[in-house]
Amino acid sequence: MTVTRDTMLEMQRRMLRIRLFDEQASKMVRRGQIPGTVHTSIGQEAQVVGACMALTPQDKIAGNHRSHGHPIGKGSALKPLMAELVGKATGVCKGKGGSMHLADYSVGSLGESGITGSSIPIAGGAALSAQILGEDRVSLSFFGDGAANQGVLYESMNLSSAWKLPVIFLCENNHYALSTPAHTVTGGRIWKRAEGFGMPGVLVEDGQDVLAVHAAVSEAAARARRGEGPSLIEVMTYRFRGHAEGLKLTFDDRQTEELERWKSRDPIKLFRARLIERGFADEAAMDALEAEVVREVEDAVKFAQESPYPELSVAYQDLYTDAYAMESVL
Amino acid sequence: MTVMTYLGAIGAAQREAMLADERVIIIGEDVEANVYGTTGGGKQRAAQGDFLQEFGRNRIRNTPISEEAIVGFAIGAAMTGLRPIVDLSYSTFLYMAMDQLVNQAAKNRYMFGGQSSIPVVFRSAMFYGLNTGAHHADRPYAMFMTVPGLKIIAPSCASDAKGLLRAAVESDDPVLVFEACPLWGAKEDVDESEYRIPLGVARVRREGTDVTIVAISGSVPQALKAAEALAGQGISAEVIDPRTLVPLDTKTILNSVRRTGRLVIAEPAPKTCGAAAEISAIVAEEAYDALRAPIRRVTAPNMQAPFSPALEAAFYPTAEKIAAAAQSVCVN
Repeated sequence: MTVTRDTMLEMQRRMLRIRLFDEQASKMVRRGQIPGTVHTSIGQEAQVVGACMALTPQDKIAGNHRSHGHPIGKGSALKPLMAELVGKATGVCKGKGGSMHLADYSVGSLGESGITGSSIPIAGGAALSAQILGEDRVSLSFFGDGAANQGVLYESMNLSSAWKLPVIFLCENNHYALSTPAHTVTGGRIWKRAEGFGMPGVLVEDGQDVLAVHAAVSEAAARARRGEGPSLIEVMTYRFRGHAEGLKLTFDDRQTEELERWKSRDPIKLFRARLIERGFADEAAMDALEAEVVREVEDAVKFAQESPYPELSVAYQDLYTDAYAMESVL
Repeated sequence: MTVMTYLGAIGAAQREAMLADERVIIIGEDVEANVYGTTGGGKQRAAQGDFLQEFGRNRIRNTPISEEAIVGFAIGAAMTGLRPIVDLSYSTFLYMAMDQLVNQAAKNRYMFGGQSSIPVVFRSAMFYGLNTGAHHADRPYAMFMTVPGLKIIAPSCASDAKGLLRAAVESDDPVLVFEACPLWGAKEDVDESEYRIPLGVARVRREGTDVTIVAISGSVPQALKAAEALAGQGISAEVIDPRTLVPLDTKTILNSVRRTGRLVIAEPAPKTCGAAAEISAIVAEEAYDALRAPIRRVTAPNMQAPFSPALEAAFYPTAEKIAAAAQSVCVN
């Protein structure tokens, strides 16, 4: 599949959005400007954007606690996302979800999940509705190496394969489940588990290469659209920061040497160099793009900080769809 | 009017819903073969009205034995355009899908600020009183009453089952249906035309003036028997079936207790934190001044269900136990 220059520039823009948004979020956690728990996608931008940009606006995604990148990659506006992280009325979930539970239905983001593996069958269900209603759309489930050892993944893979559902299971293998090195708690290779369920298992060894991820997901999406069923893709990547912002581990299994090796494969720097090398952009254009995204993130932060907190009554809304049930619980 | 069993009424409601709306599907273990008798016209698979033949495999789907995936897929499908009815057969199988029911079905609409609606029905049967042992015999509806975001119905007769299930399928929120296996074969006249019973509206099964008996699920027929026996002793008992546990029709219960001044609550679930406990608390808070006697709960003990008929027969509320409780509060 050929990727146009415009698409490649948009990939870089979205990767920058995730990087700068998350760097800002990290700072704001440290300054006490964002409450609760925040997990950044810094270092994993290629894996997120390569996958999201292989999908159409109609396609659905469901994700996990490392959550901001997924809706940003799918095209969400930054302002409502940042406002949600801060807990403001203008947040994409009205301030009721927070960092771990972002959802933006306007771009097909069905929701992130604070429970490891819990959103996997949600993506499967969205594929089921596409199949039954005859709608041309696929679903993609983002989950980590940690969720790869949850039973629900295998129930979901089996059911999707049996019903040939248009769904992609994308394992974001960032090598650590919180503090636990994935290889110490994982038997065999995750991508090879696909064979047992009668679906293609694909390994993207270089998950820092946005085009490699994009190619693998595009192929899986095309297969799904042809009615040939699900695929499992394992993307090898790395988070540059700790599990969660503000979480101080007394012991971090990650060695400085390992971290530095991965940081030398920064997906945004790599792709920038590639775009320039191929003649799709020059240094000045890349700097300008970066400056645009810096401003976009600054605007989002300003919007979040200037927005009002939600009225207390908002806590008592949106549980049920009908007024009678809502009244009964108050 | 036509005579239907409780189970037949559920099947009739499912057929109505399938015919009325192409977005309605039925998924679950063994639904194609109509093993439990709610996806066919008769007891035999080939009988006229077989759902698989009528609606096709796209909308009638056998699943693997994977409750967590079945429930999660149904939620995801409901969030994206379908209105699934999930047949989970035994209520104890809900535990296998606890994460999906509690963390996804109940929370998504709220957490995402109202972006999603989740029109899905989870049907399951409480196989109690049938010597199936503790892994099948639970009555776990009260456990789910503590989870905001779920609606819960527990029909006690065929006509209610048909109208409540129809309304449940049309609700835009997740609804758990707890069916009482001991009542599966109970027959009564049912209107075969389409009707809905709104969720959250109790039914006064018998009017009375001396004592209010609120009964749930399989305890309703027992309460009606008890009321009949009490009448012979000069005690006039009102029997109320809430039918829906969430949202609960507290108004009908409170109005009755304000008239009778006495309350007995009967349910087949364990006593601790049960529906009876919740109703007791509501009445104590809202109508304390009207009470002329202590509230009495007639429930199953805080025990696991035993297997042997010799042990299980006396385990749940009976008409005799309910009548005795009513008598004890009617002495003054």
